[in-house]
Amino acid sequence: MSDIAGQKSSLTWATHISVVFLVVIWLVPTIGLLVSSFRERDQISASGWWEAPFSVELTYRTRADSEPEPVDGGYRITGNIFETSEVQEAFADGEGRITAFGDSARAPGGYEVGTEADLGDGERLTVNADGSYTYIVPEEPRRPPRVYFEAASPPQFTLDNYRTVLTADNMDRAFINTLTVTVPATIIPILIAAFAAYALAWMDFPGRGLLIAAIVGLLVVPLQLALVPLLKLHQTIGIGQSFMGIWLAHTAFGMPLAVYLLRNYMAGLPRDIIESAKVDGATDFELFVRIILPLSFPALAAFSIFQFLWTWNDLLVAKVFLPSGDASKVMTVKIADDLLGSRGGDWGILATAAFVSIAVPLVVFFAMQRYLVRGLLAGSVK
Amino acid sequence: MATEIVFDKLVKKYGAVEVIHGIDLQIDPGEFVVFVGPSGCGKSTLLRMVAGLEQISGGDLIIDEERVNDIAAADRGIAMVFQSYALYPHMSVFKNLAFGLETAGESKAQIKEKVHHAAEVLQITPLLERKPKALSGGQRQRVAIGRAIVREPRIFLFDEPLSNLDAELRVQMRVEIAELHRQLGNTMIYVTHDQVEAMTMADKIVVLRDGYIQQVGKPLDLYNHPANRFVAGFIGSPRMNFLDGTIAATGDSVEIEIDGKRIKLPGRTVQRGSVGDPVTLGVRPEHLRITGGEGMGTLGTVRRTLVESLGGQTLIYARTEGSRNVVLALDGQVDVGENVPTYFDPALAHLFDPEGNKL
Repeated sequence: MSDIAGQKSSLTWATHISVVFLVVIWLVPTIGLLVSSFRERDQISASGWWEAPFSVELTYRTRADSEPEPVDGGYRITGNIFETSEVQEAFADGEGRITAFGDSARAPGGYEVGTEADLGDGERLTVNADGSYTYIVPEEPRRPPRVYFEAASPPQFTLDNYRTVLTADNMDRAFINTLTVTVPATIIPILIAAFAAYALAWMDFPGRGLLIAAIVGLLVVPLQLALVPLLKLHQTIGIGQSFMGIWLAHTAFGMPLAVYLLRNYMAGLPRDIIESAKVDGATDFELFVRIILPLSFPALAAFSIFQFLWTWNDLLVAKVFLPSGDASKVMTVKIADDLLGSRGGDWGILATAAFVSIAVPLVVFFAMQRYLVRGLLAGSVK
Repeated sequence: MATEIVFDKLVKKYGAVEVIHGIDLQIDPGEFVVFVGPSGCGKSTLLRMVAGLEQISGGDLIIDEERVNDIAAADRGIAMVFQSYALYPHMSVFKNLAFGLETAGESKAQIKEKVHHAAEVLQITPLLERKPKALSGGQRQRVAIGRAIVREPRIFLFDEPLSNLDAELRVQMRVEIAELHRQLGNTMIYVTHDQVEAMTMADKIVVLRDGYIQQVGKPLDLYNHPANRFVAGFIGSPRMNFLDGTIAATGDSVEIEIDGKRIKLPGRTVQRGSVGDPVTLGVRPEHLRITGGEGMGTLGTVRRTLVESLGGQTLIYARTEGSRNVVLALDGQVDVGENVPTYFDPALAHLFDPEGNKL
């Protein structure tokens, strides 16, 4: 099936460039999310994800908290900066190289490592690359004095973000909820639309053309228009805000596209095959189940990918048709409401949550995409 | 017992447009009938009306003395072979053959037996597990025919089944279908635009044009006694030569004037027409000779433009003095000069009036 249609275009190179362009545009943020989701929060804010394999210069602050000892003209504090209480956790493995140090948050790396810095008021500070420091103060300090330093820390990858996202904050529950919404909201419209599409494509009844026109018309109606009336209807008939309600809503919103896509595909199936089956004695139902459905598989797969992605990524319909309690939040709502609100600065968590939410659509797409391109009709008619 | 089909004033309309104009036809039990005609003549529509795939707008279709106008395709006891084969692409050959039996609700064992029997008849047993896309054109054609015979229908319908095959395979399948008809003895209707297929396979040929029957008859009757100019031109290859002229003399020996030249047809008479009426003389290329004899007519000497040597036959394309094209089909390998004398047996010549009807 390599010779799909006509001759090879002379603009092949343009096609190739476009493909590369699209692939890059798509891949860069996806990989960025994936890489970021494995990094620690501090490292994410210090360097871009493309620098993830390299050491990161991070700024630390601590206090020179060793015991001051009296010397000529004041007190001297000596010790290793990596062992001070505020940062010792970050350097638990004892590795680390200091590149610069300072005494204020404004210039945390104001002095070169290994030099003696005159901090004014008779205070002098020396910090060496290995972390050893000497702090000389004229009077005994009431509190250990502040020290800022910049140290290169090796790249660190962690599953902590995933642990947090998947277990804490009810995210696991939201994942299950999303599946609960998505799977029926994909299957129900396909079941209904396939029957409708067959009837509209191959059965003769009065008003068929009008019905098709109406469906095409419905394609362009924005679903926002129907949100409130539909919700009111659900309230009236007792469905209310529930999973049942959102299944019906997604089914209704997906139906025009589903019927339209499937009808067009089915109408394109070779007429001879259908007539042959009729001569062979098949009823409409047998014809539909045994001939039309198997041959329409590419269209069914295409639509189910669309509908799955759309319901999976949906935020609006979920917010309207599901109760607002934690027990029925789907992932998009969870990310938008809870994570962005409470952990808006925690990029690692956000990246992880985002990646978790696109992982399933990715799997679905790669599993189904071969049906999109497979020529199922090869060999049926010459 | 084989089945009889009667068409009684069959009419097909698409909206206001009538495409089949009251066809009357009698098809005898076990007959192999070929509908032939140029594209758009309504032959496929007529076949599909028999199949039940097209609604009948008027008249009666009677199969075995039962009016079947309103009976669904599946219940008419017919099987159809489509031009495109129309195999079910997602099913193996076995499943393709079994489909019709399964819809009829036959038992698994019966289906298996019947499918294997049909496969043996058509020599496709080794292909039973394959999908249609793994078959060659000829094999697909066999499977399509197999799908028809496995249901043991009363009537077989073929809609240009050979037109997708290459020339060699077409000849071979033609023979096989004829053989199949001899074996099964069912009534068969076969649609084609190829007059060679019609001539070689048919018990009875129905020539159609623009929704009307032009002539019905045995292949040789149509060849020897075409009812009109259309049939005369359609049946036979190469095509019959037609020369327009006027009647110059009637009586025992008709004379025709073509381009100021009188052509005598010794022994030919006409029932209608008088001197001065326009007339068309038709002579088949294979009936033209380059040697004369007693009682022969002549077109005079024609000028050769092209010679095609086929080995067994030599085709000479030529122009008459009046610049009309004629073709001569001579037996064997013949050398001719630039100017070719032409003679023909008046008994084999045809005369048509301006409406195309036989005189």
